[in-house]
Amino acid sequence: MSTYIGKSMKRVEDPRFVQGKGRYVANLALPGMIHVAVKRSPFAHARIASIDGSAAEALDGVIAVYTGQDLLDSGVGSLPCGFTPPGIKTPPHHPLAVDKVRHVGDGVAVVVAEDPYVAEDAVDLIRVDYEPLAAVVDARKAMDDGAPLVHDDVEQNLSFHWPLGDADATAHAIESADHVVQLEFSNQRLIPNAMEPRACAAQWDGSTESMTVWTTSQNPHTIRLLLGAFTLGIPEHKLRVISPDVGGGFGSKIFHYAEEVIVPWVARAVGRPAKWVASRSEAFITDAHGRDHVTRAELAVTQDGTFTGLRVTTWANMGAYLSTFAPLIPTALYITLLSGLYKIPAIFGEAYGTMTNTVPVDAYRGAGRPEASYLVETLVDLAARDLGMDPIELRRKNLIAADEFPYQTPVALAYDSGDYQRLFDKAEELSEYGRLRRQQEEARAAGRLVGIGFSGCIEASGPAPSAVAVGLGAAIGLYESGVVRVHPTGKVVVLTGSHSHGQGHETTFAQIVADELGVPIDDVEVVHGDTDRTPYGVGTYGSRSAAIGGSALVKSAEKIRAKLTELAAHLVEASVEDMVYDRETGTISVQGSPETALGFAQLAFALTTADNLPEGMEPGLEATSFYDPANFTFPCSAHVAQVEIDRDTGEVTVVSYAAVDDVGNVVNPMIVEGQILGGIAQGVGQALWEHGMYDDSGQLLAGSMMDYAMPRADGFPPIAVDRIETPSPHNPLGIKGAGEMGTIAGTATISSAVLDALAPLGIRYLEMPLTAEKIHDAIVAATEGGGA
Amino acid sequence: MYPPVFDYVRAGSIEEALDLVNERGGKFLAGGHSLLPVMKMRLADPGLLVDIGRVDGLRGISRKGEYYTVGALTTHAEVAAVDDGGFPAALLEAAGMIGDPQVRNRGTVGGNVAHADPASDLPPVFAALGATMVVASNRGKGRGAMQTREIAATEFFTGLFETALADDELLVSVNVSAEGPGVGSAYAKLYNKASRYAAVGVCARLAVGADGACTSCTVAVGGLVPNATVLTDVGAGMLGRPVDSQTIAAAARVAAAAELDVMSDIHASARYRRQMLPVFVARALTSAGERSHLGASGPDTGASR
Repeated sequence: MSTYIGKSMKRVEDPRFVQGKGRYVANLALPGMIHVAVKRSPFAHARIASIDGSAAEALDGVIAVYTGQDLLDSGVGSLPCGFTPPGIKTPPHHPLAVDKVRHVGDGVAVVVAEDPYVAEDAVDLIRVDYEPLAAVVDARKAMDDGAPLVHDDVEQNLSFHWPLGDADATAHAIESADHVVQLEFSNQRLIPNAMEPRACAAQWDGSTESMTVWTTSQNPHTIRLLLGAFTLGIPEHKLRVISPDVGGGFGSKIFHYAEEVIVPWVARAVGRPAKWVASRSEAFITDAHGRDHVTRAELAVTQDGTFTGLRVTTWANMGAYLSTFAPLIPTALYITLLSGLYKIPAIFGEAYGTMTNTVPVDAYRGAGRPEASYLVETLVDLAARDLGMDPIELRRKNLIAADEFPYQTPVALAYDSGDYQRLFDKAEELSEYGRLRRQQEEARAAGRLVGIGFSGCIEASGPAPSAVAVGLGAAIGLYESGVVRVHPTGKVVVLTGSHSHGQGHETTFAQIVADELGVPIDDVEVVHGDTDRTPYGVGTYGSRSAAIGGSALVKSAEKIRAKLTELAAHLVEASVEDMVYDRETGTISVQGSPETALGFAQLAFALTTADNLPEGMEPGLEATSFYDPANFTFPCSAHVAQVEIDRDTGEVTVVSYAAVDDVGNVVNPMIVEGQILGGIAQGVGQALWEHGMYDDSGQLLAGSMMDYAMPRADGFPPIAVDRIETPSPHNPLGIKGAGEMGTIAGTATISSAVLDALAPLGIRYLEMPLTAEKIHDAIVAATEGGGA
Repeated sequence: MYPPVFDYVRAGSIEEALDLVNERGGKFLAGGHSLLPVMKMRLADPGLLVDIGRVDGLRGISRKGEYYTVGALTTHAEVAAVDDGGFPAALLEAAGMIGDPQVRNRGTVGGNVAHADPASDLPPVFAALGATMVVASNRGKGRGAMQTREIAATEFFTGLFETALADDELLVSVNVSAEGPGVGSAYAKLYNKASRYAAVGVCARLAVGADGACTSCTVAVGGLVPNATVLTDVGAGMLGRPVDSQTIAAAARVAAAAELDVMSDIHASARYRRQMLPVFVARALTSAGERSHLGASGPDTGASR
């Protein structure tokens, strides 16, 4: 029935990307454009005694130097936090620091110059007199008595405390358990590093008093809303925000950043178009980071391996300011996922969100859910080891069964659909799990450190039912918009509030609409990323675009079909009930009378001439829908990896990897596979290599590609990918979302494999990243202690 | 990432390049893979770049009798692609382990060794291979002229980012001995997972006699020390002994005890680097030993990382 959905159509975006014809913010050149560079703090925490921009201003080619006070004096507002659960303290976040700097990279002044070279030279000439203060970088130590206060009015550096679940029942389960697995660990800070650094450009039109802002955003409407209502003070109807081609985001481009305020402010102040492009070095110290939890967890199990309770306390590092959605991540996207794929009758989780002298932390691919799955899966592996059970068998014993959906967890969420046993079956089959275990036995007998990792992970995707989101503390609803506009000749333009920055929406959304209408895919053009062209939309994150944005388009296409069907019935003088819309050919005919067929373009044109329409029908053919999902969707995964550790060096080699995911129905299998593969790479990056490491004084030690170890292609074997499809009942496409599952599973799976390899040495647990040195140290300690 | 203001001149000849730097100061620019990043990070401000990238005669590899001459502008990729039985196996191997394909396609041998990054792969290789650096200047000759002198690789790398190269000198080539039957060399490396530089890099070159006994052996290390350093005792300990696992294990123990100024960073502590030194000494010696028995057939692995 579907011509395009389910087919691996080549991406229509790719010819322009691979030919260097993409249009990025950094490529934008407007007549008279000036360039902005930001003077940034080298200190993690310091009072600003004075700022002297005179030498910079005197440099040839410099137009102006502005400070945070200049912005404040002109009425620029604080960057807002869009998720505020009850009791939260939200300290101000000025686009440029005013009283003191709170992290290395905090902006203190900007230079505006005729070219970016001069701007950079002038930045070096700005003299800032700092009075350094003691810094705090650790999420948990931030609450210690006597810890330096990042914001004077945030006591104990505690922004919020968010508990969820039945504390008493969970305490009882743990106290009365046969066995309790305990673990205390940190989930390390990650730095997203999208391929394209952030950039912003702006043009002020004095004649209409309107501003156009180009920015590398995953959600231009949200940025327009925040610019209009909170920061820039230009009313929303005088603001246009454009996110053209954007080279990856992974969450880091969701948020409202200081430069999005500064650049338009400068453009208006100077009266010329302005542009700022981040260097990679700036990206490291200004893009929101990810993860960074300190966690204490206990899993209660019976002797036969039944989970009875889970208690989790997490200190989540928020960094120096609350980024746009920061408090959402370790709360409603983390604590709520602690049930994993399992029936755990009692769960209690709580998160302390603390302020530190580090770059703000917010959503990074997976966002809370990788932390939850890593935690649950690590505890389950340890339980299996303690009980002497096969880790897959222990998991299977506790899985939510296929006939138990919708399944209400003890931590607020109701899972939509799934068949976890079948998912596990397929993963065991794809990975040849039995063979892997036999190989492992042989390898261990030969003294080799071979490990097999397994994880079964859950994700809550497609955020979110607006009532639920707002009820939890979100400042906006999380529906999505979709317009289907049919031109007189039957050509179709699709306008979506979603934004594509690597996901391939220009292809997948065209597949959906072409199938819904029965038109050739080449007749469908997808437009996104411009607030003046598309209706208000929420944007792309949380693996929501296909499930929510795609569903909005389905709703609009339904309206188009209904109108065309009514028109066709009128033209052939039949009743609407007798008409059949053939979605393969885009024709409408009387049931059983193909000779009455009218074509899509023919009918579209009839609505343009508009001389013979049914009573009351308006001319034109366009439909708008705002789709608000009934629930989250719940993708799930079962991944298996084999690793080998070099005993002499501690280095890990990923030998094989098999991924089975259930992301619901799939529009474009090739694109989904790409999402899974890229996601796994980023997940494995956390397990083995990446660490946004700070020293105690708040200096970022991994502040460049020389020091921050990104995953690279040669770190991976060929990855076997397969899937099962249990459609989500909550959207018309049955889609669950594919953007983050690989990342969530990759981390847990590889960590599991490494710890499995080390198990014969008596090594119980190591924190990520599982670097060669850390593993080697553990091997040395274990073998010297007589462990093996 | 915008560098400070600088002038740029493309030199047409070695003589012109020398004159420009002598008269105006500045730095020679080859592949730009070390110099340009430090300029963009504003850690270097040379004022003038004299681009030698199109100077004739500085690029390529040629064999003269028992020596190969590697021109300073030869890229790492060109070195890694040499298909000539006598070419030193360790150099072939190390060149293929530098950075990634993009870096190897632009980065040059001369730029690499003149920059003398302590974590660079080539310095210990040239030190172990007994290479000679050929450097040009116009000292005492005046404009438009030049003379060359040779500096042993073991004398060339003098400290952290420091070489025996004077400001008025240009590295034009490196001479390395061909490897015939009975000679083997190898490079073994513990990668810094972020930068792909060496956290520990060990090059071994050895020769064995007809009786299987080692007749010469040089082991040099990089990555963990400020400048490429020959482990004299390790090489000496190999002499006269069969290149087998016991001998190599003994050599590794000697390496472990070597007095070295071992560096530490977030990727590898000094303690871990020390622990890894004997491991990689053993690996380099084992591989070199295998190659010496194979004659000059070159390495079997290593060019794909």
